[in-house]
Amino acid sequence: MSATAAPEQKKGQVSAVSPRRRALRPYLLVLPSLLLTIGILYPFGLGVFYTFFDYAATKPNPDFIGFQNYVSIFTSSDFWQSAWVTLRYAVGATLVETVLGVGIALLLFRGSAAGRVLEKVLIVPLMIAPVIATIMWSLMLQPSVGVINYLLGPFGLGGVEWTDSPRGALLSAIFIDVWIFTPFVALLALAGLRSLPRDPFEAAAVDGAGYWFTFRKLTLPMLWPYILVAVIFRFMDSLKMFDVIYALTRGGPGDSMMVLQVRGYQEAILYTNFSVGLTYTIVIWAAVFIATRLLVGIFGRAQARAAGP
Amino acid sequence: MEEQRSLDEAALSAQISRAQFLKKMGMGAAALSGAQLLASCGAFGGAGGGASSGQGANDISGPFDWQREKGKTISLLLNKHPYTDALLADLNSFKEKTGINVEHDIFPEENYFDKVTLDLSSGQANYDAFMLGAYMVWQYGPPGWLEDLNPWIENKSATNSDYDWEDLLPNLRAADQWSFHVGDPLGTGGQWALPWGFETNTIAYQSDVFDKLGLKPAETLDELVDLAATLNDKAEGMYGIAVRGTRSWATIHPGFMTMYSRMGAKDYEVQGDSLTPAMDSETSIAFHDKWMKMVRDSGPPSWTQYTWYQVSSDLGARKAAMIFDADIASYFQNQPGAAPAAGKIAWHPGPKGPGGSLATNLWVWSLGMNAKSTNKSAAWLFLQWATGKEHLRKAAVEADHVDPVRKSIAEDPAFKDRMAKNKGYLDTFNQVIDSTAIQFTPQPKFFDTTTSWAANLQDIYRGADAKGALDGLASDLKSKVA
Repeated sequence: MSATAAPEQKKGQVSAVSPRRRALRPYLLVLPSLLLTIGILYPFGLGVFYTFFDYAATKPNPDFIGFQNYVSIFTSSDFWQSAWVTLRYAVGATLVETVLGVGIALLLFRGSAAGRVLEKVLIVPLMIAPVIATIMWSLMLQPSVGVINYLLGPFGLGGVEWTDSPRGALLSAIFIDVWIFTPFVALLALAGLRSLPRDPFEAAAVDGAGYWFTFRKLTLPMLWPYILVAVIFRFMDSLKMFDVIYALTRGGPGDSMMVLQVRGYQEAILYTNFSVGLTYTIVIWAAVFIATRLLVGIFGRAQARAAGP
Repeated sequence: MEEQRSLDEAALSAQISRAQFLKKMGMGAAALSGAQLLASCGAFGGAGGGASSGQGANDISGPFDWQREKGKTISLLLNKHPYTDALLADLNSFKEKTGINVEHDIFPEENYFDKVTLDLSSGQANYDAFMLGAYMVWQYGPPGWLEDLNPWIENKSATNSDYDWEDLLPNLRAADQWSFHVGDPLGTGGQWALPWGFETNTIAYQSDVFDKLGLKPAETLDELVDLAATLNDKAEGMYGIAVRGTRSWATIHPGFMTMYSRMGAKDYEVQGDSLTPAMDSETSIAFHDKWMKMVRDSGPPSWTQYTWYQVSSDLGARKAAMIFDADIASYFQNQPGAAPAAGKIAWHPGPKGPGGSLATNLWVWSLGMNAKSTNKSAAWLFLQWATGKEHLRKAAVEADHVDPVRKSIAEDPAFKDRMAKNKGYLDTFNQVIDSTAIQFTPQPKFFDTTTSWAANLQDIYRGADAKGALDGLASDLKSKVA
């Protein structure tokens, strides 16, 4: 075989890519994302468009009404009541889940045999659909036949009507949310703890630093970005929570648990006031978007602090 | 190769920071939350259009023939219910009679009507026929989602001569009939669905407990409040009375609306084509006070969680001494082996109003046809079979399709023999049947306004002043029904 002869293509060797295919490759790579984006943005844009009409089952040929749906919502006391309970629910659930989740992660990080078993068991609530978990808890919280009051009975605490008062309903819903989603925070914090560098902790131990000092000065600052990621996800999710609240109280007692998602669902699906329901949904989207931007800003600063100068 | 490497490096160097990634994730999640409802609402053309499609009743001519649509397939949307079980058990009779194949989807009641609403509002003909209640006619009818069945009933080529329209109880026929003009009563306008099975609302009680305590069912509202309190005190392990209490229109329509109507109260005053909420009338306020006192003093714990299911289950489990709800809900608890209370439940019409009124509200499971169906002739054959004498008699005598919508079946000796095993059931049925009708004023905002009413009841239950709460409700609803 001469040195100038064209080399034969060996088995398994990658053939040269033609310029045409090479030029096409970037577009093919982005195509799935593009389709997904269109799949999200088209109904979203359509939804925003509908909010400027008085579209309802009883008004199938709607009129353009500009921002009237938004004005009606923002001037309605129902909206502000819903916004307030949504905020209380989201802040309460996120706060408790974060504190509990980080605490559980710290306990599991010690690496005991019990911890390793608990780590596996911990994800069970995450594997149950929230609506099913809520129905299950709703039965357990039922005052006359529920197991919770049965267990509390011997201590003189039975007979609690858990969801009959606005405060009881809110706390019960937050409790169920906490039961379902605390493991998510715990697992995220645990992953964060395991990724922290060991050197600073070894240096602190050599210097004789105590547990609380190490926790406050090393663990927490370095773990903070991971905690914030969990907070961002949980807060976003809690702001648009529907299944737990609807399955537990349908928004009651009275209007006390009518969070924005439940009100939007009720308007759009139960009352077939499509434009009004969609306006609620767009407002929720805006609230989630703004909250997320703020939290991501905080996250960026925390990350910079954790990285050090 | 050099060019390729530089492209790869450029791609690698284009990594986004974690913060940017999270920002984009946040935007994506927010957009998704917004998109949830959008996808399900369809386009303007979906909900609208009103126009009927497919062949119409007037296209059918010649002698009636059950085999007219042989080989076709129809699709049904059904709610999980004993009536549905009875229908499915006999479905082969329809298939053999007509040669029509039937496909069906069944959903639990909790989300059944969401499914119907979404499907109809999409403007698609996914289902040719479906179950609905009379109140749904007021919501689904005005946008043109329902087929008017009057032309089909009247066309002798389309409807078999044994169908006997007049045999269906008149108040039930009227329940599914409306002109869609606010202010017009039921019984005017198109026939938007066919009555198929119904429930009247009465008192059901633990007869052995009443016997033991020497008590008799109440004949007035005051007696009912006192009786519930007595049972609450004396019936061992039981509370006085179970009624529904969730934040739902379904809380208003059974026992509550029945007793409300018997007391002479109205939901709206009708003046021409305008409605004025009447929940703030003196009669209404007095009734709310008494009813909520009864619920607070002698009702179930966690009343705000009570649907028909909890109400009937508590009667069956002998936790409730009596209930004021659908008669068939307690009937199912009384069947052998069904519940601890089986065989011990008895029925009574419930308290009379001033002047002896036994006005009773009803729930009627009806069958309607999708106006967009492309199989209307086949769907009509199904509707007339399902609401015809042959199937309904079989379902009533051999299965649990009780509270028959046909007079001939209610009077059938085999049906009477069967129901005689349920103490007071038939007597109660016969006493209230002539006064059993939809007691609500028909209007398209029924679900919105009646859910608000239920939320108001929960407020009163928690201690709000009835007059203040009902004044607020009437004021709120005035703009909704205007």
